[in-house]
Amino acid sequence: MRPDLFEAPDYYNLDELLTDEHKLVRDAAREWVKREVSPIIEDYAQKAEFPTEIINGLAEIGAFGPYIPMEYGGAGLDQISYGLIMQEIERGDSGVRSTASVQSSLVMYPIWKYGNEEQRQKYLPKLASGEWIGCFGLTEPDHGSNPSGMVTNFKDMGDHYLLNGAKMWISNAPFAQVAVVWAKNEEGRIHGLIVERGMEGFTTPETHNKWSLRASSTGELIFDNVKVPKENLLPNKSGLGAPLGCLDSARYGIAWGAIGAAMDCYDTALRYSKERMQFGKPIGQFQLQQKKLAEMITEITKAQFLTWRLGVLRNEGKATSAQISMAKRNNVDMAIHIAREARQMLGGMGITGEYSIMRHSMNLESVITYEGTHDIHLLITGLDITGLNAFK
Amino acid sequence: MKILVCISHVPDTTSKINFSEGDTKFDTNGVQFVINPNDEFGLTRAMWFKEKQGANVTVVNVGGADTEPTLRKALAIGADAAIRVNTQATDGFSVAKQLANVIKDGAYDLVIAGRESIDYNGGMVPGMIAGLTQANFVNNCIGLEVDGTSAKAVREIDGGKETVSTSLPLVIGGQKGLVEESDLRIPNMRGIMMARKKPLTVIDPIDASAETTSIKFEKPAPKGAVKLVSADNLDELVNLLHNEAKVI
Repeated sequence: MRPDLFEAPDYYNLDELLTDEHKLVRDAAREWVKREVSPIIEDYAQKAEFPTEIINGLAEIGAFGPYIPMEYGGAGLDQISYGLIMQEIERGDSGVRSTASVQSSLVMYPIWKYGNEEQRQKYLPKLASGEWIGCFGLTEPDHGSNPSGMVTNFKDMGDHYLLNGAKMWISNAPFAQVAVVWAKNEEGRIHGLIVERGMEGFTTPETHNKWSLRASSTGELIFDNVKVPKENLLPNKSGLGAPLGCLDSARYGIAWGAIGAAMDCYDTALRYSKERMQFGKPIGQFQLQQKKLAEMITEITKAQFLTWRLGVLRNEGKATSAQISMAKRNNVDMAIHIAREARQMLGGMGITGEYSIMRHSMNLESVITYEGTHDIHLLITGLDITGLNAFK
Repeated sequence: MKILVCISHVPDTTSKINFSEGDTKFDTNGVQFVINPNDEFGLTRAMWFKEKQGANVTVVNVGGADTEPTLRKALAIGADAAIRVNTQATDGFSVAKQLANVIKDGAYDLVIAGRESIDYNGGMVPGMIAGLTQANFVNNCIGLEVDGTSAKAVREIDGGKETVSTSLPLVIGGQKGLVEESDLRIPNMRGIMMARKKPLTVIDPIDASAETTSIKFEKPAPKGAVKLVSADNLDELVNLLHNEAKVI
C-alpha cells in the first residue's frame, strides 16, 4: 500500500468548535493510525486476519472505553472525544474501529452502567488496558432486526444459571475472553450475562470468507448448557432497553467513524484527481470529476456538523435514540456513496490494494447493515415523527 | 537534573504558506501548528533522561495564548511543567533574551533547544541563550549523555561526527539523531488526562526589543515547464543549458 498522505478536510472550520483537548485527542489518534495502522492494514485485510499487534496501541490511545471513568481504567473523556477517536480509527479501517466500538460501547458500557461494583472492578481495568478483549451477543441466526424474538435463554438452577442458545455475526468472538450475552430468563425477560472463555459448553467458531471487515474477526457464540455463575448477571437493568442502550453508544461512535472512512476516500480521490493526467490535463479539471468531489465535500461537511451537534447533545445527556439513528443512517450512507464515487475516480487503480478505497467500500457494506440496518433506522425516524409503528 | 526544553510553535510542514499585509506578515489562516521537529527530538531525549535518570523536565515557549496547545501536547507526552512567556516571538535575539531570563530564574542544568525552527530557520537562539547565560554550548547535537555534572555530546560535522566532552550547565542545539523519528512519542490518553493537572505558568516578558525587523517575504518563483530533449541530441541539450538556462 502507498504511504499514508491523509490530510483531513475541514471545509467549514469545524475545528473552531472543538476544544484544544479534543484536537489533542484527535491528532494523537490520527498520528497513531498513520504510524501503526496504515502501513499494515491492507495486508491483514488481504489475509483476512485481525492485527492483534495493535491491541496495545488501541488501549494506549484510549480507544477502549475513552468515556469510562479513570477509576475503572478508562480515560474519562467526553463524548466528542470518543467520537473523534472512532473517526480517526475508521479513517484507517472500519474493522479496527469495530473492535474498538465493541470493546467500549458494547462490553465496557453495559458492565459500567448495568453491572455492580465487583463486576466493574473485575472487568473494566483489564478491558481498558486491552489485556482482555470482549464481545457482545445479541443477534441470533433467526433474529437480527427483531432482537426481542431471541431464543437464547437461561434457567435458574439454584446456585448457577444454565445458558442455552446461539448468537451470530459477533465481532471479536473468536478471540474474546469475555462475552456480554443477552438472553431471556424463564419469564421471557431479557438480561445481560457475562460469559467467560473456558466455561464448559461455550464455543466461538469463526465466520470465514467475508468480503467485508476482513481485518476484523467475526464469529458465533454457542452455548450448550453453559453454567454461568450467578454473580455474572448484570443486575442493574433488564429488558430490551438494556442492550439498546449499548447500541445507542455504539451507533453514535459509528456515526463518527463513517465520517473517517468518507474523509479518507475523498482525500485519496482529490489527490489522485490532481495527479492523474488524461487528455493532457489532470482529471480533476474535468467537470464530471469536480462534480463528484464537490458533492463529496458537501456531504462530509454536512455530516461533520450533524454529528458534532449530536456529540454536544450526548454530552448534555439529551441525545435521543432516534437522533442517533438518524446520524448513523445518514453518515454510513454518505460514506458508502463517497467510497463508490471515489472508486470510480481512481479507475482501475481504485480496485487494487494500493489504495484504501475499495477496502473502505467493502467494509461499509457491513457498517450499513450492522447495529441496525439502513432500513430499520429509517423506520425508527418514521416512528419518531409520526408516532406510528411500522415494524409490525 | 533540571532540564528545560525550548519549544517553538511552528506551521506543519504540509501547510500552504501565504503572506498578508503586503507580504510583510505570515498568514496563519488555516495553518496547522506543531512542535518544531528539532525541538521534538530534544523533548523525546529529555523524556529518556526523565525515565532513566529521574530528570525533571520543563518546557518553555515564547508566544501568545494561541501557542498553548503545543505546550499541552508536550505535557501530555510527559513533561512535568510548562512555561509560556507571554509575548509574540519576533526576532531571534529578543526570544533568546526572554528564554535566558527563564533559564536564570529556574537554574536549569541542561537546556535543550532545537538547532533551528522550521518556520523562520534563524538557527540563532540556542547559541545566543548559551552566551546570555554563560553556559557551555554544543550545536547540531545528534547524541547526548549526562553523568553527574559532566556530559558527552555528539555533534554533526561536515562528512562525519565529533564527540565532545563538556560539563553542565549546558545548552544544546539539537536535531534528528538525538533520537530517531520512530522514537517520537504520540501522546496517549492517560498522558492527555494527566496534562490537565500539570502546571502551565504564564509569565510576563522582560523588556527585550527585537534587533531585526522583517521587511518583506517572497516565495520562490514557481517552477517552469519542463523541456524534454531527445537522448541522441546532446548538442541541443548543451545549447539550451548554455544559452537559455545559462548554467554552463
